[in-house]
Amino acid sequence: MAHAHDNSNVRRIWNVFFILSIITIVEVLLGIFKPEALHLNGWGTSWLNWIFIILTLAKAYGITWTFMHMEGEKTWFRRAVVWTAVFLIIYLVTLLLIEGDYLYDTLAPLVRW
Amino acid sequence: MEANVAVPSENKPTWGGGGVKPFGASYGKMMMWFFIVSDALTFSGFLAAYGLTRFKFIDSWPIADEVFTHIPFIHGEYPMYYVAFMTFVLIFSSVTMVLAVDAGHKMNQKKVIWYMFATILGGLVFVGSQAWEWKTFINGSYGAVKTTDGKILQFVKEKEIDGEMKFKQIALADFVTGDRGDEKVTHTRKNGLWFESGKAVATYSIPQIIASYQADPDVHIRSEKINLEKKEKIVFSREVGASELAKGKLVVEGANLKVNEYGNTIFADFFFFITGFHGFHVFSGIVINIIIFFNVIVGTYERRGHYEMVEKVGLYWHFVDLVWVFVFTFFYLV
Repeated sequence: MAHAHDNSNVRRIWNVFFILSIITIVEVLLGIFKPEALHLNGWGTSWLNWIFIILTLAKAYGITWTFMHMEGEKTWFRRAVVWTAVFLIIYLVTLLLIEGDYLYDTLAPLVRW
Repeated sequence: MEANVAVPSENKPTWGGGGVKPFGASYGKMMMWFFIVSDALTFSGFLAAYGLTRFKFIDSWPIADEVFTHIPFIHGEYPMYYVAFMTFVLIFSSVTMVLAVDAGHKMNQKKVIWYMFATILGGLVFVGSQAWEWKTFINGSYGAVKTTDGKILQFVKEKEIDGEMKFKQIALADFVTGDRGDEKVTHTRKNGLWFESGKAVATYSIPQIIASYQADPDVHIRSEKINLEKKEKIVFSREVGASELAKGKLVVEGANLKVNEYGNTIFADFFFFITGFHGFHVFSGIVINIIIFFNVIVGTYERRGHYEMVEKVGLYWHFVDLVWVFVFTFFYLV
């Protein structure tokens, strides 16, 4: 391995750290100021929540691909890990959130405030 | 040291799968990845259960901004800043970890030692911060009243913020005055011959709070119920507040697994369980890092000829960071 290549690896690590930090700062600023247009409107949940979820997934991608060096693994090893986890998590979360919504619809009318 | 070394000797097959490397990954690394997949599913199970419960109580769930508002050594309300700091600490310790792995690839023992050291320090700062977060959460800062029908009543006063009048939560100590009326004190060991322990008595009594509420017309009562249009907790009028307060049965200060001043009991349960489980992962990550750190210092991996062990604990450490990214989003942001 050439020496120049080694240094570019370190630079890449710092670049990813920089990107992750920017994402976190944006999340925190949005969380503190909560712009009304994003906070009170949305599809399913507020736009703000969608932004948080997408930024979180972007961070997860950065951590897994660069820090955990997933990008350097063999294609099907990567898929064995990522596809399994992503499929099962989406499946579980979808079912549980639908159930939670159903529980709210059923129980909320019975609660007296 | 022999027990720790997984290099095949005398051509005997070893527990580590020998020289077989499916997918080009060593036995240890692959198993670490599969462990991470299963652990990720455990955490998503917890977070999905949190999601279900939150959807179930979507119209009365505590608002994170009103719960986590403290910074060590500074008074006042600063939502988000402290957890943001914790997130940075963890991401930064992930960076030093990956730099240690990189130094390991270059067989640079000195650098691996220093980067591992920085990683361990970052982990300790994070766990310490989490302990402080727990302490603040358990002690509480405002106090509330629980009614006979299981609802939490919080107290608010109107304050001017940016030219707008807004209801801000106040502590019981800010408006409750007078005598508690029942002369109860917390029973301690020195007061009784056979006494071992007893329930702590709250600082104020219900009649005392009701009297103080009636004496101060500025105090309003905030319910758990959320106005879903504005995403704010509903504040009762003085009259409705008085009738709700009349149902009070318990003064709640802080949080435990049975009751908490922030709202729904299960909110605190999930907080303790999920952040606790994550904190335990960080703690075990620190312990494993320390073991590997000493192995690096004594030169185990230098002799072995590669630093793959650092890479494997690195994977675990990054995973802990990865989980925190999600916990941060779903507990503090969404």
